[in-house]
Amino acid sequence: MSNPVATPGAQKSLPLILARELASNLATPMFLLDAAGMLVFYNDAAALLLGKPFSELGEITGGEFGADLELAELDGTKLRRLDSPSGIAWSERKPAHKRVLATMYDGTRGAFEATAYPLLGSTGEMHGVMAVFWPDTSGETAD
Amino acid sequence: MQARVWGCRGSIAVPGPDTVRYGGNTSCVEVRLASGHVLILDAGTGMRPLGVSMQNDLPDELHILLTHLHMDHLQGLGFFRPLFAPDLDIHIWGPSSPVQDLSERISMYLSPPLFPVRLEDLASNTTFDNAPEEPVTIGSATIRAAKVAHQGPTVGYRIEENGRTFVYLPDHEPSLGADLANVPAAWMSGHDIAHDADVLLHDGQYRDDEYRDHIGWGHSGVGDAMEFANKANVDRLVLFHHDPYHTDQELEALLAGARANWPGLEDRVSLAYEGMVIRLDEAGVTVR
Repeated sequence: MSNPVATPGAQKSLPLILARELASNLATPMFLLDAAGMLVFYNDAAALLLGKPFSELGEITGGEFGADLELAELDGTKLRRLDSPSGIAWSERKPAHKRVLATMYDGTRGAFEATAYPLLGSTGEMHGVMAVFWPDTSGETAD
Repeated sequence: MQARVWGCRGSIAVPGPDTVRYGGNTSCVEVRLASGHVLILDAGTGMRPLGVSMQNDLPDELHILLTHLHMDHLQGLGFFRPLFAPDLDIHIWGPSSPVQDLSERISMYLSPPLFPVRLEDLASNTTFDNAPEEPVTIGSATIRAAKVAHQGPTVGYRIEENGRTFVYLPDHEPSLGADLANVPAAWMSGHDIAHDADVLLHDGQYRDDEYRDHIGWGHSGVGDAMEFANKANVDRLVLFHHDPYHTDQELEALLAGARANWPGLEDRVSLAYEGMVIRLDEAGVTVR
């Protein structure tokens, strides 16, 4: 089943609206992709880590977001967009978790853990992806 | 098209001297299309007198559009006489579920021990469909549903005919977790089906001070209902789903307060009442 294409400016689906409100009221860093794979929101907690408020960034594709963050495996190998947790959740419609290297908008690079899961509606239709992420404090590396 | 309100009370039927002007029956609205087709929005207790009114002049088919399956939107179904009319085609539409189809969920009410008659024993030809989230044509109207913020799977309906739009959102809490005034339209539940409506029947269950104690219950304060209608560019707002604890006098005080807070919109907001008839045609909108 392919994921739908979003219509710019159209109303977001209800599950996405409710997910955004949940994220807005939490101190857990979260971001949302819509059914077409667009980054449509991240909360203030995520903005603190990323170094840029969402209102300043605006909606961009998930691919652009991943490229901005220079996502990589812990050994430094570049991470393909669809191999990131949000990429897996979006393309394979299943939850995913991973430790990754990422560069924030303020230039800080570090290890993060991320968990993403798909938002599937009552008839199995795709609404998007909700992802949480946090600094990896384990100190473990690929070495 | 012409809409007639048969019940506009929320939560539970409240007959009695305190509810004479606006009525005590729960949600049910009859919509007659220019083509002669009949739509029935929700199956609250107002459906019983509606059934009586049409039992001697039944159309060839009926469409019952359920917003959700809470009892105040379903309880009248078992007392709707056309349901027992042999060979009448009745199409029942309602919100989808990942677990059970619509007939199975309705059967939980229309079966013992809650009800003596089983759904499968009805004489009419009854079919069930998920509420159409893509436009469907029924007679002279185009109808579309959309999931909206309430408790549990719930939809609202948009009915368009001859350039006029009638929208029904009886149970809706678009401000859940959000300051509605600052929410972009694209992120507002219900906006997609309510925008630019000529007439919107919308949840207005609580006074604004009451809403603060009922956040998350699935309903709106009057201020939020008006903010929603304003942001959706609705021409005329009809407050619906009156709180069962609000008397006629309290409802009128609620309306007066709302109008005072929204100068310039006084003539565009009113209270739904049993017997209210709203006509939408090329000439415009009339209410009596």
